[in-house]
Amino acid sequence: MFIRSLSKVALAAMVLFLAGCEGGVLDPKGHVGLQEKNLIIVATVLMLLVVVPVIFMTLFFAWKYREGRDELYMPKWAHSNKIETIVWIVPIIIIVILGTITWKTTHELDPYRPLDHERDHLTVEVVSLNWKWLFIYPEQGIATVNELVFPKDVPVQFKITSDSTMNSFFIPQLGSQIYSMAGMETKLHLIANEAGTFDGMSANYSGAGFTGMKFKATATPTDADFNNWVASVKSNNAVLNSQSYDELAKPSENNPVQYYGAVQDGLFHQIVMKYMQHYNDWGKGGNEHGEHQGHGSTEAAEPSMHIMHHDSSSAVEHAKANGEA
Amino acid sequence: MSLLGKLSLDAVPYHEPIIMVTLAAIAVGGLALLAILTKYKAWGMLWNNWITSVDHKRLGIMYIVVAMIMLVRGFADAIMMRTQLALATNGATGYLPPEHYDQIFSAHGVIMIIFMAMPFMIGLMNIVVPLQIGARDVAFPFLNNLSFWLTASGAVLINISLGVGEFARTGWVAYPPLSELTYSPGVGVDYYIWALQISGLGTLLTGVNFLVTVFKMRAPGMKLMQIPVFTWACTWANILIVASFPILTATLGLLTLDRYLDFHFFTNEAGGNAMMYINLFWAWGHPEVYILVLPAFGIFSEIVATFSSKKLFGYTSMIMANGAISILGFIVWLHHFFTMGSGANVNAFFGVMTMIIAVPTGVKLFNWIFTMFRGKVRITVPMLWTLGAMTTFTIGGMTGVLLAVPGADFVLHNSLFLIAHFHNTIIGGAVFGYLAGFSYWFPKATGFKLNAKYGKAAFWCWQIGFYVAFMPLYVLGFLGMTRRLNHTDNPDWNIWLYIACVGAFIILLGIIFQFTQLYVSIRDRKQNLDTTGDPWGARTLEWSTASPPQFYNFAKTPEVHSIDAFMEAKENGTAYAKQAEYAPIHMPKNTSAGVLMGAALTVMGFALIWHIWWLAIVGFVGTIGIFIVRAYNTDVDYYVQPDEVKRIEEAHLKNVAEVAA
Repeated sequence: MFIRSLSKVALAAMVLFLAGCEGGVLDPKGHVGLQEKNLIIVATVLMLLVVVPVIFMTLFFAWKYREGRDELYMPKWAHSNKIETIVWIVPIIIIVILGTITWKTTHELDPYRPLDHERDHLTVEVVSLNWKWLFIYPEQGIATVNELVFPKDVPVQFKITSDSTMNSFFIPQLGSQIYSMAGMETKLHLIANEAGTFDGMSANYSGAGFTGMKFKATATPTDADFNNWVASVKSNNAVLNSQSYDELAKPSENNPVQYYGAVQDGLFHQIVMKYMQHYNDWGKGGNEHGEHQGHGSTEAAEPSMHIMHHDSSSAVEHAKANGEA
Repeated sequence: MSLLGKLSLDAVPYHEPIIMVTLAAIAVGGLALLAILTKYKAWGMLWNNWITSVDHKRLGIMYIVVAMIMLVRGFADAIMMRTQLALATNGATGYLPPEHYDQIFSAHGVIMIIFMAMPFMIGLMNIVVPLQIGARDVAFPFLNNLSFWLTASGAVLINISLGVGEFARTGWVAYPPLSELTYSPGVGVDYYIWALQISGLGTLLTGVNFLVTVFKMRAPGMKLMQIPVFTWACTWANILIVASFPILTATLGLLTLDRYLDFHFFTNEAGGNAMMYINLFWAWGHPEVYILVLPAFGIFSEIVATFSSKKLFGYTSMIMANGAISILGFIVWLHHFFTMGSGANVNAFFGVMTMIIAVPTGVKLFNWIFTMFRGKVRITVPMLWTLGAMTTFTIGGMTGVLLAVPGADFVLHNSLFLIAHFHNTIIGGAVFGYLAGFSYWFPKATGFKLNAKYGKAAFWCWQIGFYVAFMPLYVLGFLGMTRRLNHTDNPDWNIWLYIACVGAFIILLGIIFQFTQLYVSIRDRKQNLDTTGDPWGARTLEWSTASPPQFYNFAKTPEVHSIDAFMEAKENGTAYAKQAEYAPIHMPKNTSAGVLMGAALTVMGFALIWHIWWLAIVGFVGTIGIFIVRAYNTDVDYYVQPDEVKRIEEAHLKNVAEVAA
């Protein structure tokens, strides 16, 4: 009776808490995040099937068999096949169920898997810099710093890299995060099913300016709103090319939002490939080298270096496996 | 190139008032300690009885002293972080600038895991394991002393970083490329490397030492499946140490080559790959958490059986569960980075492997529960810690399995939910276990009991403080707050950050009670003497000795026929039997080689950190030299004569008889 009322109270508290949760991972605004929220709840309830009895029995037995009470005392009793079978089998059953769910959802929620949706993915290239986020829209030919905009109900494919330390690209209300790593490209597919502005951040500590490495992700109500935003960014004179990128890549903290009305073609590719150049060329003028390197002489001269990189990078391999590379 | 490498007076952080006040306090405290030692002419005693001792019981006590001091240091870091985050809300910057705050959370993690939890665990293992298996000491007593001084050397280095230079600003995992020269050009990461490297060597040697001890030095008749359950748990932990610490050594070695000799194992450029470090780090790091928690599980097993006045339920399945956890612990490391872009098959495999560990862990909990079933449960301080852990750890285990589901981890990874989870398991499992073991074996190690009133107060403050401090972090994780933030700007988070800060102060009360308990117990020790050696009515061999045990442990090596050897002897009436004759006992002599090698390695580490190459060579050659001198020393043992043994044994038996009468 006691445990029943206790669990009712716990459930009520949980519901209250879940309802009161605004702006976190339990308040998802997109399909990916929603699935992940449901997964968290299902897994938790499953585990409570063992956890609640364990906590209850611990306290109950400690109380019931405490010294001075006239309960049955069996100091030599230390083995029971029946009890041992139950305490092994019950957790095993729960883990089998949870394991099956895990296997299935891990494939469904694989961040690399394009979302099943009637509309094509919008592509955004993401670069983590010290300490800000650069977003390049290759299809629109624009770029922004610390501001991400896309229409709701359109799946977005993020191609992610870093031009400094490792970060993690994370918009809690939309779902999954993925690391950004220099010289590699990781992928993430998200969608917003509601319009709104969501907090975005780095979830992996990356040095002094890490705390300020925040951005706003806005899902516009309509495509037209998104197009208007693109047009307004396009009207900016600033151009993101190798030179202005080098300027941008210098460390800065709490960087304000910036817009670039035009972007040099293939810049994202250059940023990824910059780390593939021969070490003897490293630091002799930074990005110009990277530029040649993407399609040029260094690559031909040092093919083995490239092969090694591709092989050692699970991210790249993975992308290949998905037919995306 | 200066003779002092990169070291100059600028390395002292004069401009940081918090650090300077701390240093001043340490200096005053240190001088006071030196004065007291000199006044009471305690230097000789300290050198002869402790610093050069090869006695596993004394080394164990010294490990725990180090752990307690480091607990204070690590907790000071913790409370600074919590107050910073409670003050720095709504965009305020708080009182700790990032360059200081980032060192604090890095130091907190390293200190709590490597220099608080590990020495605490190894200290208890030192005191108890040889006694439980009826051995006179460990297999290699000098090595044991050396291990302690290597641990101490690491602890000294990390504390020097407070006043000379800086500590790493990388988090306790020191992931490259952030920990590479490009992004961390200072000495912080070098302090990290050498503190971990030197103490890690000590831990590895401890693992080897205790494995040999348990496999070769058990009392006659003690079969593998009659080893007391705490010793079994430590044995699994030692297997994990021997298998995993070399990985840490190698990984730190590669990072050292990157930082010192321009190699590129983990750099962004020139073919380096940071993912390699992250994999290697956790290939050590995950077994490491089982190294911490398995002995704690062993402690709970001993305590539950003793204070339920009943045999442990399911001894065999307990040992099997430990083994399963140890082996599985090696094939789950990838769950620390599901978000690094591995394929779904890989992620799912490591997720499922991780949750399988919940099965043997759950079995252990049920075994403790059924040990209490139909027992006579005495709610003492060690039992309170055990019950607290059984309830608290279960919640931590549950959130751990949740994090093992990749789909859930994708939104909870690196959030405060993760922080809440691992504090839930490490505090609620490992630390509660050590504190349980501390109060349980304290009378054995010292000869007097701890004050129960302050012990209970400490327990309740820790227990309540834990929930108040860490449950809000679970909530904050759900609210999307990530770890290692220096300040926040989200009004929804504020209330939870305030509550967590209050919790930290409740835990502070718990720590204060813990030290008050120590003070009061030492002050009133005459009233709480344990003259029988068996204050709790316990079951295993360590309780058959006097408290504190005779320095040779056992006058005559006991014969063992069951799991609860001492309980069996008490029931048969063979406990406390008078020996007709005593044989001479072969004992190792104390040695100063361990402390000198530790000191030389500290010098070497410090010199390497500051690039003072000549001094590094001096330290290294000194270490090897001392070792060679020690290796050629043949005067390393002696015999305790039968009449002395007889005198000591009869005094103990007289005490026992007096209490019985």
